[in-house]
Amino acid sequence: MGKWIGRIVALAYLMLLLIVPVGIVFFRTFRHGFSPFWDAITTTQAEHAFRVTLEVAIFAVIGNTVFGLIAAMLLARHRFPGRAALNALIDLPLAVSPVVVGLALILVYGRFEPIGRFLDNHGIKVIFSLPGMVLATIFVSLPLLARELVPVLEEIGIEQEQAAWTLGASGLQTFRRITLPAIRWALAYGVVLTLARALGEFGAVAVVSGGLVGKTQTLTLYVQQEFQNFDPIGAYAASFVLAVIAIVVLIIINVLRPKEHS
Amino acid sequence: MTQVEAAPIAYRPTRPPGRSVRRSPSGFGLGVGFVTIYLSLIVLIPLGAVVARSNSQGLSGLWHQITQPDALSSLRLTVAVSALVSVVNAFMGTLIAWTLVRDRFPGQRVIDALIDLPFALPTIVAGLVLLALYGPTSAIHLRLAYTRPAVVIALLFVTLPFVVRSVQPVLMELDQEMEEAAKSLGAGSFTTFRRVVLPNLIPAILAGTALSFARAISEFGSTVLISGNIPNKTEVAAVHIYSQIQSDNVSGAAALSTLLLLIALVVLAAFTFIQRWAIRRG
Repeated sequence: MGKWIGRIVALAYLMLLLIVPVGIVFFRTFRHGFSPFWDAITTTQAEHAFRVTLEVAIFAVIGNTVFGLIAAMLLARHRFPGRAALNALIDLPLAVSPVVVGLALILVYGRFEPIGRFLDNHGIKVIFSLPGMVLATIFVSLPLLARELVPVLEEIGIEQEQAAWTLGASGLQTFRRITLPAIRWALAYGVVLTLARALGEFGAVAVVSGGLVGKTQTLTLYVQQEFQNFDPIGAYAASFVLAVIAIVVLIIINVLRPKEHS
Repeated sequence: MTQVEAAPIAYRPTRPPGRSVRRSPSGFGLGVGFVTIYLSLIVLIPLGAVVARSNSQGLSGLWHQITQPDALSSLRLTVAVSALVSVVNAFMGTLIAWTLVRDRFPGQRVIDALIDLPFALPTIVAGLVLLALYGPTSAIHLRLAYTRPAVVIALLFVTLPFVVRSVQPVLMELDQEMEEAAKSLGAGSFTTFRRVVLPNLIPAILAGTALSFARAISEFGSTVLISGNIPNKTEVAAVHIYSQIQSDNVSGAAALSTLLLLIALVVLAAFTFIQRWAIRRG
């Protein structure tokens, strides 16, 4: 009896909070068939938002992949002064509100701050432009990859790497031929997580981008604007695309996770 | 696969004597340098700038900014709602984890995978999704949008996975023999849960609750659409910071940001402490 009550309460909670609301949005997106959906996501503005979102996400993923690999190698393979600090600071972005991330970047790279003015004088516009959006996206997704890699690097140990060095392989060769194949699933997993976070970031980008239509408007900003302009089909259609990306990410993650143990 | 890739290394001729086989120290230095500059330019200097700006008129200036009526009311709402959400998560998260581990029903694996959806879904989409059920066009005529309960629902949505995902692995590892022993000694299932299972879950529940509190106080995107952002009523701290930035009150925004940052750091420190305590307890 108690078992049944527990199951019903848990499932009812999940239905009301998660499953039914997502289902309604999917239903409303296609309520009038496929063509309104297709029309909504192929407007010039929507297509531009797609392109901006992808550009920002790709730069952020590249930056954080390089950073995550190097930081994870340092944390897992080296003992050095400042290691504990690095370990703690990597997680810091998770504790920061997206809006605070945006504000923080404005206070350094904004046109009225010393560094921002210097860059502006040299023709580099950061805030209200793509570089600022990339920085904001990097900030919010910074720890994801390193946090996936460190435990895997620690688990595989250094015996094979040492064997390779002993046989005369250089540091880079060892990394490419021994370390990289051993961590490839964790790396793929981390990249997927970072990409998902980058594609879906809203708050930090909302603050630094200015959301200029056709220039710095990402897909999530487009959703907000369409909704507030009383164009629900535009908002639902773009949301549907973002939700499908999220579900694909979930599936990939569920496929990649078990491979780690085999 | 690994064999094929390892082969060329195994058959490599050894290097001429005299060249070092150690990993080059310059690579290590380069790595440390890169990581330091990257973290500094993107995370540390900007966050430092926020704290510096919040203190630009001294501590009294900071105090003045965060005790503005609108700021204070957004802060109160945020802390109160986050606390409520964390308590609900502690109960419901544990119950859901229990259902996923100990119960068997069709569709369980799908439900299990869906738990992570709030993490994968962009926050603005989360807000839109909740409006579909709790907004003006609600399918069940449950119009909570633009009220405080709407803020609670938005935060419950985005923090759903924390407690579930921290309790679930502990529950899976838990030896069921102890529970059987308790039952054979005459304990009812509720007593068994309270006296045998729950003490083992407490550290995981607390850790998940701390994380969900930290997330809730800093949440922005999911509350933007559903709360209506009514100052003094449904405006949470992050939204208040956003509106201060928009109206060029950067000092006010920085002051509230510093306070949020401080609360989040304290909560995360508590989380680390709970984890260490759990490890010590075994």
